[in-house]
Amino acid sequence: MAKKEYAFYPGCSSQLKASASNYLVSTNSMCKSLDIKLTEIPDWNCCGASVGYCEGGELPRMAINARNFAQAETHLPGQDIVATCAACWLGARESKERLDGSAQLMKETNEALAAAGLHYSGGANVRHMVEVLIEDFGYDGLKAPMKKSLEGIKFAGYVGCQTNRPFGIDGESFENPLYLDKMVETLGGEALTKYEQKVTCCGGALAFSEPEKSQKQIRDIVESAYDHGAEMIVTPCPLCQANVEVYQSEINKKQGTKFNMPVLYYSQLMTIAYGGSAKDAGLNGQLIRAEKLEKIAGK
Amino acid sequence: MTTANQSANLGALERYRNNFLKEVEANVEEGHMVKMCMQCGVCAGSCPFGPHWEHSPQKIFMMIRAGKRDEVLGSDSMFMCTSCYNCMVRCPRELPITHIMHGLANYAHRLGIAPKGQPTREFATLFWNNAIKKGRVNELTLTLRHYFRGGLVSGIKEAMAMQSIGLGLFLAKRLNPMEIFGGHGVKDLKGFHAIIAKAKEIEDRKKGFTA
Repeated sequence: MAKKEYAFYPGCSSQLKASASNYLVSTNSMCKSLDIKLTEIPDWNCCGASVGYCEGGELPRMAINARNFAQAETHLPGQDIVATCAACWLGARESKERLDGSAQLMKETNEALAAAGLHYSGGANVRHMVEVLIEDFGYDGLKAPMKKSLEGIKFAGYVGCQTNRPFGIDGESFENPLYLDKMVETLGGEALTKYEQKVTCCGGALAFSEPEKSQKQIRDIVESAYDHGAEMIVTPCPLCQANVEVYQSEINKKQGTKFNMPVLYYSQLMTIAYGGSAKDAGLNGQLIRAEKLEKIAGK
Repeated sequence: MTTANQSANLGALERYRNNFLKEVEANVEEGHMVKMCMQCGVCAGSCPFGPHWEHSPQKIFMMIRAGKRDEVLGSDSMFMCTSCYNCMVRCPRELPITHIMHGLANYAHRLGIAPKGQPTREFATLFWNNAIKKGRVNELTLTLRHYFRGGLVSGIKEAMAMQSIGLGLFLAKRLNPMEIFGGHGVKDLKGFHAIIAKAKEIEDRKKGFTA
């Protein structure tokens, strides 16, 4: 039996051949090393994301999240729901707290769920993978399966917004959360002690609708990492990862910068440190190759 | 503007007369918290898109209390929200500012009086419709529909400008051209759609959107 079991909510972007498919690949490898068993919530659906507010409205958003809770409650009773995507975690946890706090909304949500023969009785525990790692395993526990050190690589820990606000990780500050840096250091890497853009917004979904405004944010995030001597950026959020990696070439084209900074997930760093191959870590999914990590993986 | 929007708008005007704050409290997500604002302005200084909007959350809240209905519901400021939650965690009165902004945008959108052609209003609508069509987001059709929103010519231009990124994502196995034929989705689509329809029906009834 695995050390820990969770009801897994991977989210749309983590699916096969989607924009964060390498997040899922590396999460699976990481969990194998930590003896974590993730069971997908059967037939899970989209959380609606933050940007769903405009057309979605409140109750439909609550209802679709509650559908996932109902599925988990029925098929994976007693297991915490764990999301890897920041937006999934936020959407689900926001819904959970709103429903917990309002008997009226809960009643209406269950009225909606009944249309599909489902029922949510409350009490879902919605967590982010990072919370699981830090709270259920601890930094020492994360060190245990290590086979290789990430020594000699300097990482900018880019936490971004939604894994940090409004819920965040217990005991961390919103303005300067330290957990990502601590994870990097646990794996033997060097974390920037100063990184002004650590919790800056990348523009989120507005990278599509307001590209210029968002690319200004992304430029700041990458530039500050360079200024402090980072070689790579590491993040817990799939939209941060995609925006900050994908648009570097656009910014270079428009503004004459020479950005070429790899942007990784914490799960990729952990997979490599745990002795996984570049493929296990999904490094083949990088647009900007993380050569130094590939080298460690090949050793 | 459809007739349903129009009648909902007229109905709200009739019902709340000169009390826009009451209308917001009744119909906008977390609107009951608006009156808690003490006008300190921390939200205004915390927004990453601060330089790009006309009305800060602080101003919007004061405008609501001053009954500036047309100005608030016609503002594009709410659509500048990136959902970063910075204003919300810094607010000394703990107003759920992000949610109120979303709620106001949603209400203005539903009434059909939000700014026409506002890019985030359009993208957000596209996103929700894309996500609920199959129960999971289809990133390819979402991106393509976004690029081609202004018609074929501008679409080709925008898509061409982004083609190297698209090719890179494809080669990195992070974009699947086959998604054009469907892609990921939930199995119980009928049940999923029934849940949304029912939720929408209840919400519409509460907010006066049913004819």
